[in-house]
Amino acid sequence: MPLAVVDAQTLVDAVALGAVYALMAVGIGLVFGVLRLVNFAYGQLVMAGAYTLAFTSHLHPAVSIVACFAVVIALSTAIDLAVFRPLRGQSPAVMLVTTFALAFLLQAVARIVDVRDGTIGEPVRVVGQLNRAVGIGGVNVRQVTILAIVLGIVVLGLLALLLGRTTIGLHMRAAAGDFRTARLLGVRSNRVIGFAVFLSALLAALVAIVLTVRKPLVTPAYGLQETIVVLVGVVVGGLDRLWTATLGGFAIGFATGVINGVLPTDKTIFLPTAVFALVILVLLLRPGGLFVPRDAATVERV
Amino acid sequence: MNDRPLLELRSVEIAYGRVAAVRGLSLEVQRGELVGLIGPNGAGKSTTLHAIMGAVPISAGEIIVDGVGVAGRAPEAIARSGVALVPEGRRVFASFSVEENLRLGLAARRNGKDEHALEEAYELFPVLRESRRRPAGVLSGGQQQQLAIARGLVAGPRLLLLDEPSLGLAPAVVDSVFETLARIREHGVTVLLVEQRAQRTVALADRSYVLVNGELRATLAPADAGDTDRLVAAYLA
Repeated sequence: MPLAVVDAQTLVDAVALGAVYALMAVGIGLVFGVLRLVNFAYGQLVMAGAYTLAFTSHLHPAVSIVACFAVVIALSTAIDLAVFRPLRGQSPAVMLVTTFALAFLLQAVARIVDVRDGTIGEPVRVVGQLNRAVGIGGVNVRQVTILAIVLGIVVLGLLALLLGRTTIGLHMRAAAGDFRTARLLGVRSNRVIGFAVFLSALLAALVAIVLTVRKPLVTPAYGLQETIVVLVGVVVGGLDRLWTATLGGFAIGFATGVINGVLPTDKTIFLPTAVFALVILVLLLRPGGLFVPRDAATVERV
Repeated sequence: MNDRPLLELRSVEIAYGRVAAVRGLSLEVQRGELVGLIGPNGAGKSTTLHAIMGAVPISAGEIIVDGVGVAGRAPEAIARSGVALVPEGRRVFASFSVEENLRLGLAARRNGKDEHALEEAYELFPVLRESRRRPAGVLSGGQQQQLAIARGLVAGPRLLLLDEPSLGLAPAVVDSVFETLARIREHGVTVLLVEQRAQRTVALADRSYVLVNGELRATLAPADAGDTDRLVAAYLA
């Protein structure tokens, strides 16, 4: 059976998936920039936001969305205070393994909470109407697809302004580049890290909202697969800089979307094989990161 | 006007593991003074500056800034209390613009936005104004040193600590760095200067402490700068 050509529908869906993954990549990249910590538990923030949307589905959507932001930000702050802060300065391996443990702990807690009604999995209906399609130039596009793309552009634009034009943004970039010198200059480490953790949580909540429209059934493993794929994308793009990490997140989302669209339905089982084979190929050819300039001598991480 | 020292070290001990880096160091810097801290490589000079900034813990003794003990405080807290360090190797942010580097100096100010301080820095270092939009990484070594000093001054410090500002610079550029230090003193900034260029430092400073193997070996006056025998004796003592 011949492969279908890449049509406009596939491209739009792939861009939307890329946008969601790019938001997650920024959330992971911001914290990595200032803490040198690869947060494997990032997906569990998305999961907590998704469960909040599920458990508040009976309320007004605005209330539900506010609750989602509140829970994700509170959880993220608690993790920073209780886990990340005491671990500061530890080896990257210790911090990574700790976030593994944290991810599985949060999943286990979610399972305990979820199973109270005798079933695993809770549906989200908060903004389900965004699944409706609109016709644009002969292409049927779901509203959530447009939302994901617009959110991606707006949020990344605002973040670029924040990092490039504000004092806290300058301090975050300095902390990401050389934390020791930044502190000697008076940059307050707790403030900068706290702000990065806060922004990262905001992004996780946004991702939870968009993802629950695309995948309405929330389970304890929600967001885990996306996190693994985004982490791979971030490393492929170049973990050391926020913009290359973001592009990496977008690229892997886009590639997944395109390959998924091109593969015939009965062949989608080969999707992960194709994506990860591509990842290994890229890492073999450009181990420093796909988007990192070859002559990069100095590194600006955020 | 009080007459207590702006900076006072009392019997400070610093160790890296079991190796003593600084032993029983006592010194003081009065307001408006430029004080030198000289000595051979590995004498503990930079370590002392980092200890004052709170970046290296002390194992005994006291570090007192304007009557207040600062040991155990975070580097950013000490910076925000009015002590600025111009670190060895300049440590400018190469990919940031010159102006962004200067703005980082404002981080130590309680009111973070002081455009006036930037203007003063540009007046003191006109070359920085010309390159304000360029990445700091493209500046020459001497210009980067000016930027690092300007970044320290922008913080409006009561006490400026300079760590080997002439290191790695061409002789003509070293001259301009020492001229800059003299101008800074004229502005009334109190300075503790760590340098390996002993003779020039002793000549410039109100007083110079000689640190060898982590211990204070001598205190020299400007008049001693011409006395090479005394300088050598202090290093070898």
